Amino acid sequence: MRVEGTLSLVAYVIRRDLLLAMRRRADVLTTLFFFVIVVSLFPLGVGPDPNLLRTMAPGVVWVAALLASMLSLGRLFSADYLDGTLEQMMLTPQPLSLMVLGKVVAHWLVSGVPLVLIAPVLGIQFNLDLEALMVLVVSLILGTPVLSIIGAIGAALTLGLRGGGVLLSLLVLPLYIPVLIFGAGAVDASLSGLAFQAHLSLLGAFTVFALLFAPWATAAALRISME
Amino acid sequence: MEWGSWSEFWAMGGYGLYVWGSYLVTFVGLAAEVIILRRRRRTLMEHLSLTTLDTQSEKSHETKA
Amino acid sequence: MAKIAWFKYSSPASFYFLAGRMIPWFAALAAVLTVAGLYIGFFRAPTDFQQGEAYRIIFIHVPAAWMSMFIYVVMACWAALGLAFNTRLSFMMASALAPTGALMTFLALWTGSWWGKPMWGTWWVWDARLTSELILFFLYVGFLALQAAIDDPRRADRAGAVLALVGVVNVPIIYFSVQWWNTLHQGASISMTKAPSMAAVMLTGMAVMAFAFWMYSIAVTLYRVRLIILEREKNSQWVRELLEGRRTDDRGLDAAATEAR
Repeated sequence: MRVEGTLSLVAYVIRRDLLLAMRRRADVLTTLFFFVIVVSLFPLGVGPDPNLLRTMAPGVVWVAALLASMLSLGRLFSADYLDGTLEQMMLTPQPLSLMVLGKVVAHWLVSGVPLVLIAPVLGIQFNLDLEALMVLVVSLILGTPVLSIIGAIGAALTLGLRGGGVLLSLLVLPLYIPVLIFGAGAVDASLSGLAFQAHLSLLGAFTVFALLFAPWATAAALRISME
Repeated sequence: MEWGSWSEFWAMGGYGLYVWGSYLVTFVGLAAEVIILRRRRRTLMEHLSLTTLDTQSEKSHETKA
Repeated sequence: MAKIAWFKYSSPASFYFLAGRMIPWFAALAAVLTVAGLYIGFFRAPTDFQQGEAYRIIFIHVPAAWMSMFIYVVMACWAALGLAFNTRLSFMMASALAPTGALMTFLALWTGSWWGKPMWGTWWVWDARLTSELILFFLYVGFLALQAAIDDPRRADRAGAVLALVGVVNVPIIYFSVQWWNTLHQGASISMTKAPSMAAVMLTGMAVMAFAFWMYSIAVTLYRVRLIILEREKNSQWVRELLEGRRTDDRGLDAAATEAR
């Protein structure tokens, strides 16, 4: 198996998924707006006190990112599952985990990156200073891929099941917790004037770990769901 | 541990509610697990026995016919 | 040789009867150890200097917490065995363990809460141990929910197994991150189990109760796995013979049935 062949396959999968996503742009935008709306609900719930909001911001933004990412996971495999493409993917000689990686990258580009881009705007609404905003963006860049890749495991396990969406949340949210802790913790540290590098390093380490193992687990889960 | 009297034992130095509340819930939880399992077994055995009898009577009807 | 003996009991049929013979022993051990442990805990262990009599909750809180974590690991082991060797019984054991593990987690949370109230004044403390225990509870519930949502037993087995393995890999990471989170946010962290220098008697009582909970868990899990075996194998001959009263043990089990896994 040539390296170029493998890479071009992954690139093909990414391109294809992106193309399909662009055709259904509404899906992409609804995830983004969900994120914005959820974040906006919190001030309405707890009051507009700027100091309170600044303290809450890291957690609120991160939890909203978790939820938004999770809601878009259902789409990851379902379309391909319904039209038989997934079966075809499983029959090719190329490793399924690589194709999973391709789909996850596309999912991140479509669901994760928009969150990263809009987060500073939301951060400003919560009175975050410049350093905190930068840490927020970096933490989201490091953490949202993990949300996609770990979420993929859940999406694969719950493929085609009734009650899929809620069940998926139940399975995946506990696994997201370390990302939440390190991601929100980094911004929190910045706000408190403490060092945030450790948080970001741990987050990065967790991301690498997830990227190494989760595609393989997802592929196994896909085979199980498709038997 | 020498308890002065039974009432001291139940009072647990003022923490009786918490100590005995915890032990009670634990005991109830474990007992419930056992009871639920036994009931599940009983229902299962009844259900399985009925279906066995059905197939048995089917067979005997077949041979008679 | 030894290999053959092992795999004989990996057939659900043989294991059904083996488990049936083992349950009374584990149940008896659990009962005896509980009596002994509670006796030590209430009549031998002295009053704690700082916590008064309230500390006696540890004799059920800590064993429940230990079992909740231990059972999850054992569940993951059975899941791994099932995926590696494709043995139905391994998956059945994993499924049998989950409800008991979930119950232990719930009891650990409940007793932890009722211990925290007199000690720290609130019904819930977000300390590292309790928070990790709560997340573990979510992991158990997720496993149970996933298996309940899948009709096909084979898919349910294997999907649950993958989830359990992903979970067990994450548990140390989650525990570490919660510890980290806790120390950062509370400085001098309130730790429920930082019970300062426990008297040896207290530790003994805790250990005995931990064994009691362990024996109980084994007994209950074996009982449950027997039910699962009956439910899954109900169409096979040995089950029919069992129900008709023509079979009481695994002697003379059809060789083919023993081989088939």
